[in-house]
Amino acid sequence: MISDLLSATVIIGIISSGIRLATPYLFASIGEMFGQRSGVLNLGVEGQMLLGSFVAFYVTLETNNVWLGVLAAMGVGALMGLAMAFVTINLHATQGISGIGFYLFGMGMSNLLFQKLVGTVEGVKGFQKISVPLLGKIPVIGEIFFNHNALVYLAFLLVPVAWFVLNKTTLGLKIRAVGENPEAVDSLGVSVAGIRYLTVIMGGVFSGIAGASLSIALLNVFQQNMTAGQGFIAVALVYFGGWKPFGILGGALLFSMINALQLWIQVLGIPIPAELAVMMPYILTILVLTLSVSKGQGPSALTKVFEREG
Amino acid sequence: MKKVFTLVSVLLVVAIFLGACAQTPVAEPPAAVEETTQPLRIAVVSPSSINDLAFTQSISDALMVLKAEMGEGLEYAFTENMFVVDDAAAAIRDYATKGYDIVIAHGSQYGSSVQEIAPDFPETVFAWGTTVDTFGLPNVHAYEAASDQGGYVNGVMAGMLTKSKIIGVVGPIETGDAKLYVDGFVAGAKSVDPDIDVRVTYIGSFSDVALASEAATTHIAAGADVLTGSAQMVVGAIGKAEEAGLYWFGTQADQNAFAPSTVVASQVYHWEGILREIIALRAAGIMGGHTFSADLQNGGQVINLNPEIELSDEIKAKVEEVIAGINDGSIVIPKP
Amino acid sequence: MPPKQATADLHLKDRAGSIFDQMMPIFATLAALLVGAIFLMLLGANPLTAYGALAQGAFGSFNAFAETLVKATPLLLVGLGTCIAYRGSVTNIGGEGQMIIGAILSTWFGLTFTELPGWLAIIIAMLLGILGGMIWGGIPGILKAYFNVNEILSTVMMNAIAVQIMNFLMRGPMIDPVQREASSQIPQTARLLESYRLPRLSPTRLHLGLLIAILLAVAVYFLLWRTTLGYRIRAVGQSQPASKYGGIDVKKHIVVALVLSGAFAGLAGMMQVYGVNYRMITDGSATGFTGNAGFNGIVAALFGQLHPLITIPASVLFGGLLVGANAMQRVVQVPSALITALNGLVVVFVVSSEFFRKRSQKRRLSQSGTEQAKPEEAEMQQEAGEA
Repeated sequence: MISDLLSATVIIGIISSGIRLATPYLFASIGEMFGQRSGVLNLGVEGQMLLGSFVAFYVTLETNNVWLGVLAAMGVGALMGLAMAFVTINLHATQGISGIGFYLFGMGMSNLLFQKLVGTVEGVKGFQKISVPLLGKIPVIGEIFFNHNALVYLAFLLVPVAWFVLNKTTLGLKIRAVGENPEAVDSLGVSVAGIRYLTVIMGGVFSGIAGASLSIALLNVFQQNMTAGQGFIAVALVYFGGWKPFGILGGALLFSMINALQLWIQVLGIPIPAELAVMMPYILTILVLTLSVSKGQGPSALTKVFEREG
Repeated sequence: MKKVFTLVSVLLVVAIFLGACAQTPVAEPPAAVEETTQPLRIAVVSPSSINDLAFTQSISDALMVLKAEMGEGLEYAFTENMFVVDDAAAAIRDYATKGYDIVIAHGSQYGSSVQEIAPDFPETVFAWGTTVDTFGLPNVHAYEAASDQGGYVNGVMAGMLTKSKIIGVVGPIETGDAKLYVDGFVAGAKSVDPDIDVRVTYIGSFSDVALASEAATTHIAAGADVLTGSAQMVVGAIGKAEEAGLYWFGTQADQNAFAPSTVVASQVYHWEGILREIIALRAAGIMGGHTFSADLQNGGQVINLNPEIELSDEIKAKVEEVIAGINDGSIVIPKP
Repeated sequence: MPPKQATADLHLKDRAGSIFDQMMPIFATLAALLVGAIFLMLLGANPLTAYGALAQGAFGSFNAFAETLVKATPLLLVGLGTCIAYRGSVTNIGGEGQMIIGAILSTWFGLTFTELPGWLAIIIAMLLGILGGMIWGGIPGILKAYFNVNEILSTVMMNAIAVQIMNFLMRGPMIDPVQREASSQIPQTARLLESYRLPRLSPTRLHLGLLIAILLAVAVYFLLWRTTLGYRIRAVGQSQPASKYGGIDVKKHIVVALVLSGAFAGLAGMMQVYGVNYRMITDGSATGFTGNAGFNGIVAALFGQLHPLITIPASVLFGGLLVGANAMQRVVQVPSALITALNGLVVVFVVSSEFFRKRSQKRRLSQSGTEQAKPEEAEMQQEAGEA
């Protein structure tokens, strides 16, 4: 039975499912990574994703334009990011907890708006699959990698872009510096608050896109609480990835592919209790991180309040 | 600054206090059964959202039907998303205290709460679903849906429609209504052809739409050409079935409109029949002690065929035959 | 003005100011409710009726207040654990999972060993609940201390794993035998014996757990401020390098902080079973069993400025808010989603209000200058300020 898993269909299935499942994590995690690199922990990603998910769905439903939907999700995410930034940076709120507040608010608002503005569960015409010319035609590889919708491609492209911004640009340098030693950065005349506002808002924007990727790209529907905890997993993956974009990519793919694997295990009837199968991605994520040697040092100033002296 | 702050806060607290005092602190004793001028007051406590296209929506729909029938004669209150048993218990007790005539605890996890609360309110009718246990209490009714029946019928249709002889099921957790439906479905499919492979996946969550959709994709990749599933997260799965041009069978709510070219039929609950009976019994002075079943015979369960999908006469005839068989007892749905 | 009068005035102002500061979370809550009023009006509900119902539902009658206290008990317990964890500078958001495991262990015991005297069974159940929480908090603790696995990652994962364990057991090995036969197949355990249940103050649902929780709050206060262990936990929380230099085993104390906070959450889970429902029930999600106490308990601790004794009234108030909000929903019939959003707003506002409280406190302390506040109070405020 276990040998059934080694067939081509299964492996192709696992990788494709893994790529799709990983998409929202990539957006949300990388957004969160920027925030954390600059020293801010945002546990409210789930709320931002939910609200972004609904807004994208609603705008796309009303205007029939998926890009407007994405834009709307980005806007809502930015607003929530702005609020989070204000509360964290200006009001020095305890970061772990303020995030929980935004999570509850986002969840409540998305459900409320859904009930009042849409009412019944319905589908929407979201992003369509785009086959990459030439590459999409390659027999196995094309099927797995080059036949997805635009947001999936964007999610994966985000990884090297984020890496580049973080490691090769002045902005990235400032972000990293603010996360390590805000006092030093401040003394050089760079606005710590400004950088943090930027990264936290950016995080909100990406969480919004993550939500949109669910409702108007991958699933084409909105259902209440549809993210089911993915926002928290996204935050966890930042730690798993050692605050590095490629590490996050690895984490998102690991988690998602194991999730896909457990589905195949169930479908093929391999006699493991369903709950054990469902547990697999979570257990393996912890295990892999525990056993990996390089874990990355967190930004020294993460969750610490920065106050300008004098 | 501080003074303004304090002043505003004090004003707010006073306002709230006044608002609180404006409430009637003690509930009026429930009106006597004979008074026909008082509207009947029903309260519902339910575990998920009112528009989840599944469990809770079904009871909400039933109440809307009753409201349309009874107009001013019915007043109802609805508390949804009571998935925390604790909060539900508080809600049930509160509604009873407020003098609601009938309190419906629409969630199998509310049993302990009903068992505890009902004795304190002998004038209130409690209806608990989905189950058969009335605890021997005089003011508790129990109602359930014989979901395995609808599952069986769906399963028969699925068995006749599948060409690959592989059927996929996307379920949440292997308990309660979901399990009952799935067990019936599997039996139904196998009754058409014992060689049909019905594969069941439980994704471990009621809300993870993305995972449900990947479960459907996995079923499809593994060869399934007919799918079904239970609970609110299946909307993602239905979408994948639609994309692949395959068939889906719905349960708990009418999912036909959601994907008109995909959903062949939906098993729908019509709780209003049971509710009407409960209301009638109450009018006759009977406060509880009955168990009701929403099944194919009494119309509590209906198989809504999707008019947009052409079914062969053979299948339609078979459906009639199976339903008749279940109703007259000649078909017994085996337990797994 | 004669000097004595001046100092007396200053002392009074200081006192009044200090009370004002402590009340900051309440002002913040009111501000959040004000924003909520806008939503209520948009939904067609009268805010005054609504909030009146909230107040009534929380504190308006003996029964209502009892319900508030029942809600507050797990909040207080989880809050106490949060106080310890935060002082040790670890973030424990694994309360949900720890509650579940603590509940599973204690429920299993109560259903398997049915020949014991009630009081003994309850004590053992409590210990098992604590043990369950300690294990589920200890694993992230060890992973953090010795493998450098961040506790946010591990606790998020452990929460999800706990839910699956609970579902498996509730629908499988631990299911009520009655349910196994019935077609309803409800994922719940059998009921605990009458003698095994925590005594209640009839006719309300208020159970002994609250008293136990309050006693524990006092105990935690002593632990943190009057024992060496407590000192070390706080020291590690303030500064790891400094503590190491001072000879404290940093790693061990990180583990201890997580283990202790897990212990409290586990006990909270046991209380829910032995005090409230008398059986373990699930709907498949974590929140279905815990009622979000794992998260809301953290908020209650913050309301209580991370001080175990202040967390007591804070939990009662926050519990009242949650209970009252549900009552409000029933009266004005707004969608429950609004209640969740309000919950979020309150959390955000309260967390933000810390800023104003600390600022006002700083001003006060610098103004009173020679007028020293009582030494414990100053220390408390300082500690709370550094939290």
